[in-house]
Amino acid sequence: MSHPDVPALVVVVPLLTGLLTALALRGRWAWAAATLSSWLVLALVLDLALAVQHAPGGVVSYALGGWAPPVGIEYRVDRLNAFVLVVVAVMGAVVTPGARLGVEAAVPADRLHLFWGVWQLCQVGLLGITITGDAFNVYVLLEIGSLTTYTLVAMGKHRDRRALTAAFQYLVMGTVGASFLLVGIGYLLQVTGTLNMADMAARLLEPETARASGRTIRAAFSLIAAGVCLKMALFPAHTWLPGAYAHAPAPVSALLASTATKVGVYVAIRFLYGIFGRELSFERLPTGPLLLVCAAVAILAGSLLACRQRDLKRLLAWSSVAQIGYMALGVGLASKAGLAGALLHLLQHALVKGALFLAVGALVWRLGAARTDDLGGLGRRMPWTAGVLTLGMLGLVGVPGTAGFVSKWYLVTAALEQGLWPVAVVVLVGSLLAAAYALKVIEPLWAAPEDLPPPAGAAAWGGRESPFSSLVLPGLVLSALSLGLGLGLGGPAQGLALAAAEDLVPARGGP
Amino acid sequence: MNAERRPLEEQVVVRKTAKLLIPFVVVFGVYMVTHGEIGPGGGFQGGVVIAAAYFLHALVHGLAEVQRVIPRRVTDALAALGVLLYAGVGVAALLRGGRFLEYAALGAPGDVVASRALGMTLVELGVGVTVAATMITIFNEVVDDGEH
Repeated sequence: MSHPDVPALVVVVPLLTGLLTALALRGRWAWAAATLSSWLVLALVLDLALAVQHAPGGVVSYALGGWAPPVGIEYRVDRLNAFVLVVVAVMGAVVTPGARLGVEAAVPADRLHLFWGVWQLCQVGLLGITITGDAFNVYVLLEIGSLTTYTLVAMGKHRDRRALTAAFQYLVMGTVGASFLLVGIGYLLQVTGTLNMADMAARLLEPETARASGRTIRAAFSLIAAGVCLKMALFPAHTWLPGAYAHAPAPVSALLASTATKVGVYVAIRFLYGIFGRELSFERLPTGPLLLVCAAVAILAGSLLACRQRDLKRLLAWSSVAQIGYMALGVGLASKAGLAGALLHLLQHALVKGALFLAVGALVWRLGAARTDDLGGLGRRMPWTAGVLTLGMLGLVGVPGTAGFVSKWYLVTAALEQGLWPVAVVVLVGSLLAAAYALKVIEPLWAAPEDLPPPAGAAAWGGRESPFSSLVLPGLVLSALSLGLGLGLGGPAQGLALAAAEDLVPARGGP
Repeated sequence: MNAERRPLEEQVVVRKTAKLLIPFVVVFGVYMVTHGEIGPGGGFQGGVVIAAAYFLHALVHGLAEVQRVIPRRVTDALAALGVLLYAGVGVAALLRGGRFLEYAALGAPGDVVASRALGMTLVELGVGVTVAATMITIFNEVVDDGEH
């Protein structure tokens, strides 16, 4: 049996270690503290996820300060956020150890302790958003997560001045999104008189609430939906994402691409299904079609634009825009299979994008940049890094045997279940476009002629692989996890995603 | 004419007023921080008032002088220390068998009112320290020539 204080510790541990890192540690010690902290968090989260499996009703609740909900702030873990917590914690625990060299190359030595402090506080925000059962607490932790994220992106400025503009654009868009969310939550508080999510959901179901303040509820719904779309970078609110991912230090992109937008998707699911409820969100309001259209455009346009990029980080960033489209697609289908597909896609994309950005970080560490033109013959010179890149790209396409195939299978099945064949076509066309940009990376890696000269700017590089244990291994671990998921070894994760989807869309006679 | 061009530091009235005001501003700020537990005020408001004393000193004597008195690394550390105090209160409650931030677990077992007062005062103090340090950092960043 899990210790009753574990839900609080998931957030408190990185908070304490992050502050202590910034205060007392310097240089490499700061990184070591961040790594240890991320592993401790992973252990706590796995413990919590197991406790949720065995808890009555599948819910673990924690009353902060001893004030019982709905009056006090409640940390409430059910199958849905247990799943997302595991994703965030796993990514933190794998990316942090692999980030040291990339960060040391990008950040001056006298600022490293601050960087690693902020890195841990970013995880406080992301874990906190996911674990809390209090709507206002979501906003507060979202701000913690966002402010730290802007800082991490801006840390790219020492190598690339454009990181500052990218971070500022992200800050403006993120603040607008957070404000929408705050005002929406304020309206909900006005209507329901509570901030506790479960309590809110129960009161929104009361017929007199809906009758008396239907318009306020709809306003709150629109505001929250707009805010969440900005946070998860769903088209047309994606504009901050390519710049932020392209100019941030590569390890930061790896962390953000695999956790920050995923938590945004979680918040969307929580509000749409958990608070407003499936009936209000999808049967009385036209959220489904809207989400599907936005998602379809995100998938097609994001993939097309990814094909046109020559900078590898920017290519991956545009592909992220497309991949978020798939998740929104699953959310918008409003069925059990669709939601399970969205959750599985969330997991597989976190693994794959984390691995890809780590591999790009390894390339940048050797070559100083990562352009598609420079990839020629790297399959022979840096076989491990090239292998991670190749597997990751195949995962983005969704080739059978990779985790991307599993989640896309769920999405296509869910779309056909409802007779929405255009949606299925969008998924397939998106995958073909993904194959186009994947080939742009894979082909030069392996098919370049033997005598190709090494890329420019690599004189000191000597054509060797990046340091294995610190740069290559974390990417390999993530690739292995995603392969395992694709080959059907991801039973527990898949089961948890299906159970979470079933909790949110109870089977009651189809859509 | 000349008086307008003279730096504020050389103007007797400004200098003496600032000198007179600053201690009272700080004391009032601390009062607001510690009073927040039972009345209007609290860490946010009090912290800003304390930071205002720093701004006043900086306006009169210049940024270099005030940064000599309170260097940046001190404010950086204080910003983290305040949050650490806040979180530390929560962890202390955990260690004494309560929930995170359960003030009632802090003091003597029977005396819930005193325990809660102690917890809240410490938490407000943490908030006040962090807010003051953060305001000072923002002020430094805005006024500075952009060296950092």
